[in-house]
Amino acid sequence: MTAHEITLTVNGEEVREAVEPRTTLVDFLRDTLGLTGSHVGCEHGVCGACSVRLDGAVVRGCLTLAVQCDGHKVETIEGASDSGAIADLQEAFRTRNALQCGYCTPAMLLTAAELLAGGGVPSRAAIREHLSGNYCRCTGYHAIIDAVEAVARVRAGATS
Amino acid sequence: MNDRDLPAGLTALDRPNSYIGRSVARPNLARLTQGRGQYVSDVVLPRMAHAAFVRSPHAHARIKQINTDAAKRVPGVIAVVTGAELATVCTPWVGVLTHLKGLKSAPQHAVAVERACWQGEAVVAVVARTRALAEDAAELVEVEYEELPAVTDAETALDKATPVIHPDLGDNLTFERTLDAGQVDKALNESDAVVETTFLFGRHTGVTNEPRAAVADWNEGAQRLTVHHGTQAPHMMQNIFAKHLGLAEHQVRVVTNDVGGSFGIKVHVYADEMATVALSKLLKRPVKYVADRIESFVTDIHARDHRVKARIGVTKDGRITAFEIDDLTGIGPYSVYPRTSGIEANQIVNLVGGPYACPNYRARARVVFQNKNVMCQYRAVGHPIATAVTEGLVELAAAKIGIDPVEVRRKNLIADEAYPCGSAAGLKFEKLSHHASLDKLIAMMDYDRLRRDQAAARARGIHRGIGFAAFIEVTNPSAAFYGVGGARISSQDGATVRLDAQGAVICHTGVTEQGQGSEAVIAQVVATSFGVPLDRVRVITGDTDNTPYGGGTWASRAAGIGGEAAWQAGKALRANVLAVAASILQAEPKALDIRAAAVVDADTGRERIGLDEVARIAYFRPDTLPPGFQAELMATRHYVPRAWPFAFTNGIQASHLEVDTDTGFVTLLDHWVVEDCGTVINPQLVDEQIRGGVVQGIGAALFEHCLYDAQGQLLNGNMADYLVPMAAEMPDIQVGHVVTPTGDSEIGAKGAGEAGTAGAPGAVMNAVNDALRPLGARSITVMPITPGVVLQALGKSE
Amino acid sequence: MKPAPFDYARARSVEHAVELLGREGARVLAGGQSLIATLNMRLSHPSLLVDINEVTGLDRIARRNGHIEIGALVRHVQAERSAEIAQTAPLVARALPHIGHPAIRNRGTIGGSIAFADPAAELPACLLALDGEVEIAGPAGKRTVKADDFFQGLFETALGPRDVLIAIRLPAATHDTRVGFAELARRHGDYAMVGLAAAARANGTKLTDVRLVFFGVGSTPVRARDAEAALAAGDLEAGVKALARNLDPPDDVQATGAVKKHLAGVLLRRVARQLTEAPQ
Repeated sequence: MTAHEITLTVNGEEVREAVEPRTTLVDFLRDTLGLTGSHVGCEHGVCGACSVRLDGAVVRGCLTLAVQCDGHKVETIEGASDSGAIADLQEAFRTRNALQCGYCTPAMLLTAAELLAGGGVPSRAAIREHLSGNYCRCTGYHAIIDAVEAVARVRAGATS
Repeated sequence: MNDRDLPAGLTALDRPNSYIGRSVARPNLARLTQGRGQYVSDVVLPRMAHAAFVRSPHAHARIKQINTDAAKRVPGVIAVVTGAELATVCTPWVGVLTHLKGLKSAPQHAVAVERACWQGEAVVAVVARTRALAEDAAELVEVEYEELPAVTDAETALDKATPVIHPDLGDNLTFERTLDAGQVDKALNESDAVVETTFLFGRHTGVTNEPRAAVADWNEGAQRLTVHHGTQAPHMMQNIFAKHLGLAEHQVRVVTNDVGGSFGIKVHVYADEMATVALSKLLKRPVKYVADRIESFVTDIHARDHRVKARIGVTKDGRITAFEIDDLTGIGPYSVYPRTSGIEANQIVNLVGGPYACPNYRARARVVFQNKNVMCQYRAVGHPIATAVTEGLVELAAAKIGIDPVEVRRKNLIADEAYPCGSAAGLKFEKLSHHASLDKLIAMMDYDRLRRDQAAARARGIHRGIGFAAFIEVTNPSAAFYGVGGARISSQDGATVRLDAQGAVICHTGVTEQGQGSEAVIAQVVATSFGVPLDRVRVITGDTDNTPYGGGTWASRAAGIGGEAAWQAGKALRANVLAVAASILQAEPKALDIRAAAVVDADTGRERIGLDEVARIAYFRPDTLPPGFQAELMATRHYVPRAWPFAFTNGIQASHLEVDTDTGFVTLLDHWVVEDCGTVINPQLVDEQIRGGVVQGIGAALFEHCLYDAQGQLLNGNMADYLVPMAAEMPDIQVGHVVTPTGDSEIGAKGAGEAGTAGAPGAVMNAVNDALRPLGARSITVMPITPGVVLQALGKSE
Repeated sequence: MKPAPFDYARARSVEHAVELLGREGARVLAGGQSLIATLNMRLSHPSLLVDINEVTGLDRIARRNGHIEIGALVRHVQAERSAEIAQTAPLVARALPHIGHPAIRNRGTIGGSIAFADPAAELPACLLALDGEVEIAGPAGKRTVKADDFFQGLFETALGPRDVLIAIRLPAATHDTRVGFAELARRHGDYAMVGLAAAARANGTKLTDVRLVFFGVGSTPVRARDAEAALAAGDLEAGVKALARNLDPPDDVQATGAVKKHLAGVLLRRVARQLTEAPQ
């Protein structure tokens, strides 16, 4: 099957690559660009470990084809980390031990960041609901909810 | 300071600037939050090829013919290899242990030879330039099968009419154990009430977020095999790779960096991983295999799947007179290598009734072969079943005689003053704290208020339940677990610490990091025993070339065993460094100590010389040290528990939930745990081990189930249909501690990895029954407790 | 698993998409949240994916002639935030938060959900309950299909191999519109074990034009016509009883047919209460 030349922005850098149509976005990021912070957990859209930002919205990297991203903007955990934009959330995860093996963490952070971007202090139930598509086998979720809630409180305090 | 001259009231752990008991953050977390981990699935090597497998669609079938021609013609395909071909590189294995008397199994190959014995067993291996190409080619492999009758029901596996899966073994019985302690019949006859029921535990599996993965690299020039492996036991795997590939152990290096979840799933020998390693040897190039999720469901070990007929006797005043169980479990077609599939049933026999002072106990456990995926040890092996059976019986008995479930436990839990003592099953307990734990739990949950709230809600038609589960947990295993049975699974562990040239400490440990926090705990222990700030300790794990020989992570051993080795190694290095410092300072080593990275006067704390300066002199100006004096800035110590075969811990959990009696849906409201793991090195990490474990136990109680049809086909082998616990349905979990250190080690730490999973299913089951009992519902003794199960108990659905 | 190979083409317009679909084995790719999962598992082997995501004009939500029209490429998240939908299609607004998870709703499209026609999905049931219609472009031009005629079998719809679903049209809610929605899923965002989307018109204390559509109970969303009549007659209990005739859910891995039947009755009672409540 014909490879397609695509041009997209990944973490602020322009990338031009030839991809097979069947290559998913997460495989493209990991295998072609070496951005291994996005993880493959189920490849059928349930575990959420592959979640990345496409044009600013968090999407499943396994349910998006790389070829579809031609002309679009992708941001991964590597980009979100280096920009410093989620540093407070990462620090909260670290100090609260809201990760154990860390495999779900990059996607969990991006998903939580999307909720926090909405502002305010969401209830624990609302945080749980927003993260309900991101599987974590290690923590039991409680620490993750604590970390997200703590950041929401600090951010709300800082803006009020 | 000499540890023998401690001021009154202090222990060896009360060092200045101690990190023992402090919730310091794990050193590896910043890296992982930035997506800068290195999991095996991330590993890329030059010339690396990718493996995929053709897997049997049948539960039991003879492989009549394999045609690989079309597959081999796919551009990018490097090799298509059958079981017979691979068997020339990799010998088969048999999963038995001599101390499980009578345990038998059949030889298992890396890729099936002649016969596939479960749906999902690998039949042909394909290696190609990419995984996608390997899968393309795998679709073109033609396998002609002759379907054989599948043995799927454990209940009939031993019937004469049932085919024998491995005819050479004579029958389908893998293992049987019986136990008869005290006078069970007499005790039951003299009881005022006997409760008899059957518990059914659904098969479930680990669903690690990162699937199993291996990158094998046979270097023909160096005659060395390096395996990047997502495993819990690198040294065990080194031995096994060497043994079955005909290599010496020193020719094999196993490297384990970050692992995306383990939970006992990644401590076994998997045929496809052995095949990957064999393929690398065969093809003389690196081969990568990462199980996809669909493969994980049919090949990662399954666990539980027990049917337990059980009885309890009790007197009117609430004294438990006897326990009796008959356990049956089907473990798939092979006993898993090298830990065997007899251990879970054996544990159940060991653990039932364990928290209680009851001398009368009879048990039988039978383990049978069947044509389903293999079962083996998964987090809390046997504990959740033994606990749910024991605690289910205890609450059913309490209800039958009309006494409060807390009261029945106060009457029967082994007294905190009774230790050391043993159990009816022969377990030896050094010191447990059942009553102190129960008292703490009752206070944490405000039990009396909760009961009042429950009554008030019930008056409004809201049905809430409160359930308990006390448990004991096997941790810090000695050689009694596997070593005595002939398995090369190390129960001892080592730690090497060395001073670097700037006075920081590098610690190499044989235990591994699976995310539980081993690196942090080892660093805390070393920082404390040696005397440096935490940021001056680097811990190295997961490399058989560079760590002392050890067992890795299993049975909650990393902190208790690896931690003690690290503690002793830190002390030894401190003595060595003080010898150097004393020689530089012309002082008595005894008068010196190391605190905050400096050598100080032990009495006054006055700094005498920095560790950086000691290192500089020892490494670069040893000519200035006295003649005949040699600095030894590296020390190694090993540790294995000797006084007790296992360090038993104990704890108790409580679940509070609401049942929608119209829909059968269960909503979890609260969950409490009190746990006694001895010395708590890092309270936060212990709490999070427990929380994570509780949620895995809740998964078993309410959601997770590998559903097979009568032909041995897994019906829900994907993450949409197999329900793992997700954030929205899980409760917050409160954790408390009672601290009873083990006297077997200086640090006194026991394990905490199984506690959450051990107790949660029983507590949830009891809470559901507590909610439904006033409605006249039948008692639920089946897991997972689906809405259908609840509706059936309520008589609302057939 | 990785998908089997296929070709890919970006449609520049609906007409272009229809033209591209002329190739044997071609399929439309919209949000891809169901389709790509089936590709990854090699459960479907299209020869060509025709990506309509870049076609302009398909992502509009518009009110016209007493209807609300939702373009095929309107993403779930966009619909969720739409004041227009909240006001004129309150049933859809209630259903949306139950669909998958935020990351799925960020990418998944309304048109994709309808065209994929998963029998356990929320939106097909809503379309049917609201007596909506589907606008389709095909080789012979545009046509409109009523929801009652659209869902034909398991993952089978009135869409032909060269058709593109371009919009759905729903009657805009008026003061007498009553809707109800409930589903039972084991976990938040899962496909429902059983769900019910309902619409009716209030006429004094009575309901008329009752449409009860169950999902997760068969090969398509299922209208419970006898139960609808019973509810219109004001007899809820008869409605619940009628479900025994109207529904015949097969067993699946989450529940037996019998359990689903029982749960359908529970949902009907709950949704019937909602139908009596005037919108806020």
